[in-house]
Amino acid sequence: MNRETSRVPAPLLLPAALGVAFLLLPLVGLLVRTPWSQLGNQLAAPGVGEALRLSLLSATLATALSLLLGVPLAWVLARSRARGVSVLRALVTVPLVLPPVVGGVALFLVLGRQGIVGSWLDDAFGITIPFTTAAVVIAETFVAMPFLVISVEGALRAADARFEDVAATLGAGRWTTFRRVTLPLVAPGVAAGAVLCWARALGEFGATITFAGNFPGTTQTMPLAVYLALQRDPEAAVVLSVVLLAVSLATLLLLRDRWLGRGAA
Amino acid sequence: MSVAASVDAVRGSLRLQVEVTVADGEVLALLGPNGAGKSTFVRILAGLLRPDRGRVVVDGEIWDDGATFVPAHRRELGMVFQDALLFPHLSVADNVAFGLRTRGMRRGAARERAAGWLARVGLEELGDRRPAELSGGQAQRAALARALAGDPSLLLLDEPLSALDARTRLAVRAELRRHLAGFAGSTVLVTHDPVDALALADRVVVVEEGRVVQTGTPVEVSRRPRTDYVARLVGLALLPGTGAGMLVRLDGGGTVAVAEETSGPVFAAVRPESVALYPTRPAGSPRNVWPARVVAATPHGATVRCELAGQVPLVADVTAASFAEMGLAPGAEVWASVKASEVAVYAR
Repeated sequence: MNRETSRVPAPLLLPAALGVAFLLLPLVGLLVRTPWSQLGNQLAAPGVGEALRLSLLSATLATALSLLLGVPLAWVLARSRARGVSVLRALVTVPLVLPPVVGGVALFLVLGRQGIVGSWLDDAFGITIPFTTAAVVIAETFVAMPFLVISVEGALRAADARFEDVAATLGAGRWTTFRRVTLPLVAPGVAAGAVLCWARALGEFGATITFAGNFPGTTQTMPLAVYLALQRDPEAAVVLSVVLLAVSLATLLLLRDRWLGRGAA
Repeated sequence: MSVAASVDAVRGSLRLQVEVTVADGEVLALLGPNGAGKSTFVRILAGLLRPDRGRVVVDGEIWDDGATFVPAHRRELGMVFQDALLFPHLSVADNVAFGLRTRGMRRGAARERAAGWLARVGLEELGDRRPAELSGGQAQRAALARALAGDPSLLLLDEPLSALDARTRLAVRAELRRHLAGFAGSTVLVTHDPVDALALADRVVVVEEGRVVQTGTPVEVSRRPRTDYVARLVGLALLPGTGAGMLVRLDGGGTVAVAEETSGPVFAAVRPESVALYPTRPAGSPRNVWPARVVAATPHGATVRCELAGQVPLVADVTAASFAEMGLAPGAEVWASVKASEVAVYAR
């Protein structure tokens, strides 16, 4: 049985269908143009494996860094009643709307050799960040961490805070309560946020190329490799894109089945 | 005495001013309507809220006096909430062991102790289950085991039975009674259900609008209620008035004949089963006869409880048979009579 009112009104049907086509056609086009017979050769080409490995590594490191910093930050945003928290929340989400290239420029100005922090790092420790793999990780973290923060903050707000009261009456201090009660309760939100964060980091382009450059082996991640390949060897670009598409789809499926399946779907 | 607490706090529009003491082994019930501040009070006892002014002393140890504030997790207490609030990510046994682990007991010992407590509340088979797999009654039993496992000196029960269906509530209440009898520390039970208070408590403190309006044993409180709220809860009609010898002049007008001499401000309390209803003015000369109108009728087992309006507002229980015979229904005009010896009268 279907609710009569849940049927789609006719005027919405056509735009909705066009929307689906608009989103799916490019992907279909990509798959149609993929030189499936040469897939093996292309993937084995020097540089491809390297870019893929670097992408996976840097996205994973960026996610780890985001977890380390973002979960505590989300807790503060969700629970702190201090003034200015709402301003802080707005600031934290700026990277979400900021063009990644601008983020890259900003990072460069702070962490570059002439930057405020960068010059000090250079003088004191002889550390240079731009154009290294570390710069890739930092650029990806900058862009991707807000996805994690927002997801975890939402989970924290939705979690029943009375469980924390119960934990307190059972002798658990705030830190114990956070580790043994709050964190497990919001684990699905943390996991979903981490996956989103990882997917965003994997696809990061603008901030990375600005701040970390495009050096094969150290800073050339998959998206950069795709862009570069498109100019020299379109067929290689298609192959690289298909690989990224496969990774993204796998992520999506993982998200849906594991964490979003219960509530949504 | 083991627990002494006085609290002065403002929460929203409510000013809470409550002072209680609870002896070792005693069960004190805080009885009152929703929003009276009962839960706020136990949350202050637990250290989950900090009062503006107040003093909580347990076994001679200051938990809260403005200067000293022992945080909740350092207080030796156990608390059971309305919804069992078992941690959903832990097994039932790990829930019960949680407090033991946080207080430093080794895993093996904690598990053993938790298993013992689960057996005591009749859940020995269910330790490996997830809380979501338990029924409401089972979950509340596990929550009780979790609260008691740490051997607290103060047990706080915040509406522990309210979320249960009627049949389960009966079983869990009986079980709770058994455990409270064996509990050496002090217990504070918060409830809006007089049956819980009467069945479980040694002493009842009635709280309305943030203030204590009556304190006494369950028998005292139910026989001699001091406010309309309690009277209604225990099914009595409460008639405030002024004693004048063998008569009470009611504040609302009219008089009630009583069996003992009184003077000054008094309450006259009438039990519903001692009110007789007649379709016409009864013959003979009963002294307490009033015209009344039935305003509500609710079945109560084999009897029907009729709320009466008139100069003397009463509640009457009549058998279902006579209810039908007399053709009673809301709106019916009747005569109500009570023997003077059936009216309880006590000083206000």
